[in-house]
Amino acid sequence: MTEFLGLYNYWIVIFLMMTGFYIVIARENLIKTIIGLNIFQTSVFLLYITMGKVTHGTAPILKSSHGGESHGGKSHGAEHGQDLHAATEGHIDLSVDAVTEIYSNPIPSVLMLTAIVVGIATTALALALVVRIREEYGTIEEDEILEMDRNS
Amino acid sequence: MMDFIVIPILALLAATAVTVARIRNLWAAVMFTGIYSFLSASWMLILDAPDVAFTEAAVGAGITTILMLATLSLTPRRHRKSSRLSSEDFEERPSKSPVIPLLIVTITGCALVYGTFDMPHFGDPNAPIQVYPEPSFVEKSQPDMHGLPNVVTAVLASYRGYDTLGETAVIFTAGIAVLLILRKNTDDQGISESPPLTGENA
Amino acid sequence: MNSFPIIRVITKLLIPYILLFGLYVQFHGDFGPGGGFQAGVIFAAALILYGLVYGLPAVHKVAPPKVIEKLTALGLLVYAGTGLACMLLGGNFLDYDMLNHGILTELPVALDFLPGDTPYHFLPEGQHLGIFLVELGVGITVTAVMTMIFYAFAGRERVTS
Repeated sequence: MTEFLGLYNYWIVIFLMMTGFYIVIARENLIKTIIGLNIFQTSVFLLYITMGKVTHGTAPILKSSHGGESHGGKSHGAEHGQDLHAATEGHIDLSVDAVTEIYSNPIPSVLMLTAIVVGIATTALALALVVRIREEYGTIEEDEILEMDRNS
Repeated sequence: MMDFIVIPILALLAATAVTVARIRNLWAAVMFTGIYSFLSASWMLILDAPDVAFTEAAVGAGITTILMLATLSLTPRRHRKSSRLSSEDFEERPSKSPVIPLLIVTITGCALVYGTFDMPHFGDPNAPIQVYPEPSFVEKSQPDMHGLPNVVTAVLASYRGYDTLGETAVIFTAGIAVLLILRKNTDDQGISESPPLTGENA
Repeated sequence: MNSFPIIRVITKLLIPYILLFGLYVQFHGDFGPGGGFQAGVIFAAALILYGLVYGLPAVHKVAPPKVIEKLTALGLLVYAGTGLACMLLGGNFLDYDMLNHGILTELPVALDFLPGDTPYHFLPEGQHLGIFLVELGVGITVTAVMTMIFYAFAGRERVTS
């Protein structure tokens, strides 16, 4: 049982993803479809971010090596880092630097950072198209639009 | 300790997603989408991605909600004489039976869950993603960046700078496209030579 | 929104802090969480908030649409220009190490802004300078695009036919 519990993050993400997918295929309202796509998109972001997490890790912002930090704070940090290191002994930790601090993987963050902003730009484009469709057809229901296209 | 925060966030996340799927009122659905974005930003913060959480909170909960509300105000369902909109204008029409979509979604979901059995566990330090770039960007950035602490920014702007240039170009292009689709012609009267729109066109 | 004095006053109080926070996120992005994308969105959020509460004509006075349209392209040009500057200095495209010396040391020293024996770490490294410029470009583009999209949606009138 415990070997499956370690996968819970993927299951949550799949649940959210499928909810978004359901909204996209079951609803005919164009705005609702875009909302569904948004939910799907956010769950993909979450999928990537959960993969970058390392147990007992911290955000990939390195501790400053010179200046800005008092001696007391630094020694406390090192102590804390050793505690964490002891907790994960037995694993090969490749993300440990000289201060024995564990950092989560920065690469998923980088990919998703740009994806979010590109996502809002494309969502805005989709919404602009919806506004134009409403102006031309007078409705944003998909089947009514298709009906009008067939009749014309 | 962290579980007491993570479990309610995940439960709320799932509940919000289901509510968005079930609710008929589009205005409420947009608001729930904002809440959904904010909750996922909270989870991202716990997952050690403060940069992404930051962006998701500002973009997903802020800008997306505003753009969707702007779209809603332009696309009400009923056309009344009065300019004031009420919440009934955003009611979705009842749709057909949800059985077939639910079936498709369930089958796809089961297939994906089956696929996760081969995935590395959550937080596993030996997962391929943590092992592959050797030395990792965290180790490499210390000498390369001369002490810039934020590795995410370093990878974003320096190691993958060419990629980010492309992303910026995509945003630029999308902005231009929105402008081309939605901008009113009346803004540049002096330039356009087309005659003013007649009654039947407008 | 004219009939909501509380919202108007609170908005006026909030906007300076939002802008200040945007600047912090923009220029502190190499040291803490943040960067051009986030700062651009936060800046745009301040402008959009002003537009929502005080109306489109008011925000058009603060950030004229013509200026915003030009800023979209300017941000991208700053980014690409940084890459080209690296090429002109003899490196690869976006190879920030080329920005290391020359530009930033020679001119201030020649103009007596800095003593000739300025310590090495006092001046930004090439990577710092490159990331700074690139993030600035991203921030300008994102701010301008988000504001422009808001203008496009808000300026549209509802069709009742």
